[in-house]
Amino acid sequence: MATLEGGRPAVEVAHLRKTYGTLVAVDDVSFTVTEGEIFGILGPNGAGKTTAIECAIGLREPDAGTIRLLGLDPRADRDKIHEIVGVQLQAGALPAKLRVGEILEEYQSFYRDPADVGELLDVLGLSAKRGDYYRSLSGGQRQRLSVALALIGRPRIAVLDEMTTGLDPQARRDTWELIEGIRDRGVTIVLVTHFMEEAERLCDRVALIDRGRVVALDAPASLAARARGGKSVRFLPSAPFDETLLTDRPEVSGLGHEGQHVVVTGTGELVNVVILTLAAAGVTARDVRLDSSSLEDAFVKLTGKNLQKEGALA
Amino acid sequence: MSSLSLHMPLSLWTAPRARAFGQIVRNEARLTWRRPVALIAGAGIPVLLLVIFGELPSFHQASAVFGGFTAFDLYVPVLIVFSLAMLALLGLPIPLASYRELGVLRRLSTTPVPPAWLLAAQGAVQLCIAITSLLVMCVAAVTAFGAPAPRSPGGLVLSVAVSIAGLFPIGLAIAALARTANSASVIGRLAFFPLMFFAGLWLPHALMPGVLQGISDYTPLGAAVQAIQDSMLQGFPPAAPLLVLAGYALLFGFLARRFFRWE
Repeated sequence: MATLEGGRPAVEVAHLRKTYGTLVAVDDVSFTVTEGEIFGILGPNGAGKTTAIECAIGLREPDAGTIRLLGLDPRADRDKIHEIVGVQLQAGALPAKLRVGEILEEYQSFYRDPADVGELLDVLGLSAKRGDYYRSLSGGQRQRLSVALALIGRPRIAVLDEMTTGLDPQARRDTWELIEGIRDRGVTIVLVTHFMEEAERLCDRVALIDRGRVVALDAPASLAARARGGKSVRFLPSAPFDETLLTDRPEVSGLGHEGQHVVVTGTGELVNVVILTLAAAGVTARDVRLDSSSLEDAFVKLTGKNLQKEGALA
Repeated sequence: MSSLSLHMPLSLWTAPRARAFGQIVRNEARLTWRRPVALIAGAGIPVLLLVIFGELPSFHQASAVFGGFTAFDLYVPVLIVFSLAMLALLGLPIPLASYRELGVLRRLSTTPVPPAWLLAAQGAVQLCIAITSLLVMCVAAVTAFGAPAPRSPGGLVLSVAVSIAGLFPIGLAIAALARTANSASVIGRLAFFPLMFFAGLWLPHALMPGVLQGISDYTPLGAAVQAIQDSMLQGFPPAAPLLVLAGYALLFGFLARRFFRWE
């Protein structure tokens, strides 16, 4: 299993299993998150993502498996875990008639060594809302306040469940920048999402979860590459050429024909490799098209499901 | 927020817990003040009723039916219990059910503070309102409307304490049973009005037929009125109503503990 190099493990989940009656929600899930990483848990609704996370932070007791957060057991060392792990759960609201500042000051008082409310509000773009009632906040502002509550204790691990669901695209991008900023301050981030774009943009590594199992775990780009054996470049050569010129290149993994077109598959800067190699042989590549598979393709290929469509039903 | 990355090593000392509890109580008090349903129903209405009854001349005529006391004398304990019951049966469970509904209890269970603290903070706020309205009513009844001073102040304090201990767990049990704030409010009202009947709000205990009196003695509000009334008018209260209330405290305390759900 791939791990980010050079870091200590922040989250270790091994052979996690959780059932509700006859329903197996999480089945033999294992993954390790390295300190300083943004780790994505991606899957359709009902895949078991949230259950896995709730077990990992000690909210639910797993039927089997071991979990360690910075070496601590989330149930036995519950008190210590709550000091170092900040959690933003899906769909949590707050009392309508409390002001933003009052809510943050309350939660701040729970921690030994909390962040400064004013600074946190600044970072989250909520400074102007400090004196406003919770009920007057927009969906995006509520979401950011929820993220703020997860960060107010200056956690070493932040677990964010469906953090951008229900946000408009601009608010979503703002939140992504915020998350990157928090990671840059050394916080390990576990992100549960069903948005491909979010995982591709933010995550160092992604675990694809489907029907309670981890079906793949890797960097988003590697997963995408694995789904189709990498990228493919399709072009029309201006003249016949010696195909070994291309197949000898390390970036090229395969070469085929589609009518008069040539299809080269491989990795890296494949378009440049093809064009420069052919140019050196005096051949021009016309009608060049690069097919780059995405994480979405990887997901469809690995699970046979269309993630976005199922996600949109939620 | 560069400070986000600076972490103190884990040590054995815990968060300043008293300060955290104080902050929770402060916000609960703010919420109670900003949406003053509990204040109006639990303190405003009984105090207002006390003033109205106090102004009615007919309520100040001593009667043999009332054992030589006036109707006003008998209504003071009933209104005190009205206040306690409002706060216990409606003031306490509605916010708690709404916190569960909103996911506040779940969110708290991911922080160093146990969600039970929110219950305790709500209870503390309701208790403050109850004690304030009770003091206002006692002082007003004696100084403005000529009610006799409590015969057994110690008995009164004990009776009120045991009443609160008997009634608040009923509110917690309602919060445990109700899935939403709305259903908590419905259950609370369904419990409040019949229980208030047996407390003598519409018909004083002394005027009830024997069967109703018998039932009243074993209802939580009936027992509370009896204990408080005896302390105010006769002397130290008898054991029976206090034991009835203690029984309710145990029963509903157990039910609340057994069935309360945090999410």
